[in-house]
Amino acid sequence: MDKLRLRFEKTDRAIYISHLDLMHTMQRAFSRAGYELKYSEGFNPHPQISIALPLSVGMASTCELMDFKLNGEADIALLPGKLTAVMPEGIRVTDCYVPETKVAALKYLWVEGCFEYDDRDPHEMAEALNDFYAADEIVIEKKTKRGMGQSDIKPAIRSIQCEAGEDAVTVQAVISAQEPTLNPALLADALRQLAPELEPDFAKFTRREIYHENMEIFH
Amino acid sequence: MDKKLERILPRVQKPARYTGGEYNQIMKDREAVDLRVAFCFPDTYEIGMSNLGMSILYHTMNSLDYVWCERVFAPWGDMYEEMKKAEIPLYALESGDSLDRFDALAFSIGYEMAYTTVLDMMDMAGLPLHSADREALLPIVFAGGSAAVNAEPMADFIDLFVIGEGEEMDNELLALLRQAKREGWSKRDFLKRAAGIGGVYVPSLYEVSYNEDGTVQSIQARDGAPEKVTKRVIVDLDNAPYPTNPIVPSTEVVHDRVNLELFRGCVRGCRFCQAGYIYRPIRAKKPDTLVKQGIEALKNTGHEDVTLLSLSTSDYRPLTQLCDGLLDYCESRSIGLSLPSLRADNFSMDIMEKLQKVRKSGLTFAVEGGSQRLRDAINKNVTEEELLHTCAIAFAGGWNTVKLYYMLGLPTETDEDIVGIADMAAQILHCWRENAKNKNRGVKITVSTSCFIPKPHSPFQWEPQISREEYLRRVNLLRSSINARNVVYNWHDADTSIVEAVLSRGDRRLGPVLEEVWRKGGRLEAWSDYFSFDTWMAALENAGLDADFYAARERSVDEVLPWDMIDVGVRKAHLVKEREKCYSSTLSPDCRHQCAACGALKLMNGGRCDG
Repeated sequence: MDKLRLRFEKTDRAIYISHLDLMHTMQRAFSRAGYELKYSEGFNPHPQISIALPLSVGMASTCELMDFKLNGEADIALLPGKLTAVMPEGIRVTDCYVPETKVAALKYLWVEGCFEYDDRDPHEMAEALNDFYAADEIVIEKKTKRGMGQSDIKPAIRSIQCEAGEDAVTVQAVISAQEPTLNPALLADALRQLAPELEPDFAKFTRREIYHENMEIFH
Repeated sequence: MDKKLERILPRVQKPARYTGGEYNQIMKDREAVDLRVAFCFPDTYEIGMSNLGMSILYHTMNSLDYVWCERVFAPWGDMYEEMKKAEIPLYALESGDSLDRFDALAFSIGYEMAYTTVLDMMDMAGLPLHSADREALLPIVFAGGSAAVNAEPMADFIDLFVIGEGEEMDNELLALLRQAKREGWSKRDFLKRAAGIGGVYVPSLYEVSYNEDGTVQSIQARDGAPEKVTKRVIVDLDNAPYPTNPIVPSTEVVHDRVNLELFRGCVRGCRFCQAGYIYRPIRAKKPDTLVKQGIEALKNTGHEDVTLLSLSTSDYRPLTQLCDGLLDYCESRSIGLSLPSLRADNFSMDIMEKLQKVRKSGLTFAVEGGSQRLRDAINKNVTEEELLHTCAIAFAGGWNTVKLYYMLGLPTETDEDIVGIADMAAQILHCWRENAKNKNRGVKITVSTSCFIPKPHSPFQWEPQISREEYLRRVNLLRSSINARNVVYNWHDADTSIVEAVLSRGDRRLGPVLEEVWRKGGRLEAWSDYFSFDTWMAALENAGLDADFYAARERSVDEVLPWDMIDVGVRKAHLVKEREKCYSSTLSPDCRHQCAACGALKLMNGGRCDG
């Protein structure tokens, strides 16, 4: 069969499964559901699966993509339900289709951050955070391949809004997914470096949606 | 998920091992069950999730609709520190509930070095360590596993031990606990009644007195407890519960595969081998059962590997039939079939060729002794000719890695025997030169030695262990004898072996030693990262005890042994006879050639032993 694309969610306890372990988990889930993944040729054959934009351990997502190939024919409309039934807790397959785009064309990510403040007022924090992210540039120290370097993350942030909840601030950000890739964790790390008084006691992120350059939803 | 836990998980290595949520985990309604059991494995998730016994008992306990049995593992050091700092008590993976909400803690103790981890897990659960200090009925703390055949060092801490195979016994115990909880029994009353269940050993019902020299004077059973606790076995393995829907870990574990257990017990009777005696009698599963269970488990898990487990796989009579049956299914699906514990003597070309079709791994031989005389003395029935013959076939078949395992310090071992190990490695190298199909790929021969530990319930239970210095002398002798290229020599240090020797034949006076080692931070002591020999020696000294008394002392055969209240089936007279035969380097025929009437047959309720 042609190349297929899976869209799935990785939430709750499953957020701690690493990228490599997830590949393995997927492979076994396909086998349990009775599908045969296509293997590469060669001395050490491995299933031809590829998960776009590896998710950091501890980060949730409702918009993960995985490309794969199957041996033989399969009714792809049934595939999401059959796979979800044999997944560990927290992984839910929502769609399966023949992709018309290349993953390279994926440009933006909508991420939702939850910044927890134990002893500070979320309303004050939200306001200060909005001011902080509105700056023209946000230059932080960042690990690169050549050691520590300076980097301005602002150009990689398309939009960002912070809103106070009961005991946390919700951060909605649309950030660059590729070229350059911005790890959402750097949104909180920038606070630690540049405005420690705004650094949350704990920050967690969820990927909500993926987009093309023109902000159409990516499929 | 608990908020405190959510904050520490991103900071620890491999957090997926602390979250549960894996496929096939068993979830129940906590309000709808009468008993909650925390099944505690005193080692890491990666080790515990590889353990077939744990997998079987998790399912048998959960087969009771009034029980919810959940898994608990020991956190690695980084997680341990974070949990302490955040004041997170030990919790069970399925529900995430802390252990104070459970009615029973069940420990699976496979080896003595896990004892301090058991204490640590009890402490992390917020329980007093001493059984006597836990006055209420609940939670009851019980333990089983192969270390339970002499768990006297743990007698102060554990309420009761289950001796032998737990599939039936554990559920009988839980039924009694349910009744006790309903009817509000005292802990004492429950323990007295529990002692009436076959295989249950309640240490507090046995009074142990000591002679002035530190040896045991007598063991008195009280309150109607049986004088001897007889090990439980499952008579019919074909109809015994086997989980074909085991939990599939979402992260890498040590043995990530479907495990099929071919048989229990062993026909060989190697005299150093505790397992060969305590798992008797021999009971095999039918190949049809195994093929069916294997395929079902592969389908239900999606695993890419299946392995055949037993103490000596080549002694499984229908091995070829079983491999054929499994390969029919596995080959077309790229599923690997592996057979550890093949013996060198009847390793057939046939089986090897079959396995070759799928995946090829290295050859591993447990040769144990360096000369034929020594191998005869320990009844390890492997001859040099057989070993070389097997290697020749293997090399011709394309194998090029051989691992050889030996023990140093076996009874009657001489320097000549040790030099014999180097000679054997050299001969195998020569054999490779003569038989290898493709010499360009090279060959790797690895020799490993460990320090022999005399174990209870084996014919060597009266033997002294060699000292640390003597072990090192023998290691150096072997090192200087190995001069062939392509032969690598690895040796395990003797420190852990000495502590293990102390504990495995220990008595109740070691309780305070365990407690002190734990208080000084001892946990996960089976890992060299955490093991501290000096802490153990200091704790022994503080307790007025001597490591040599336990490890390096030869016992007389009429001495009362600390584990004499445990009957594993094999008669003591049989062990004595086997030991005597060691000193005359006399082989005993394996059980198939001639039944030695070891005594284990009495456990079968009229069933037959497959020896």
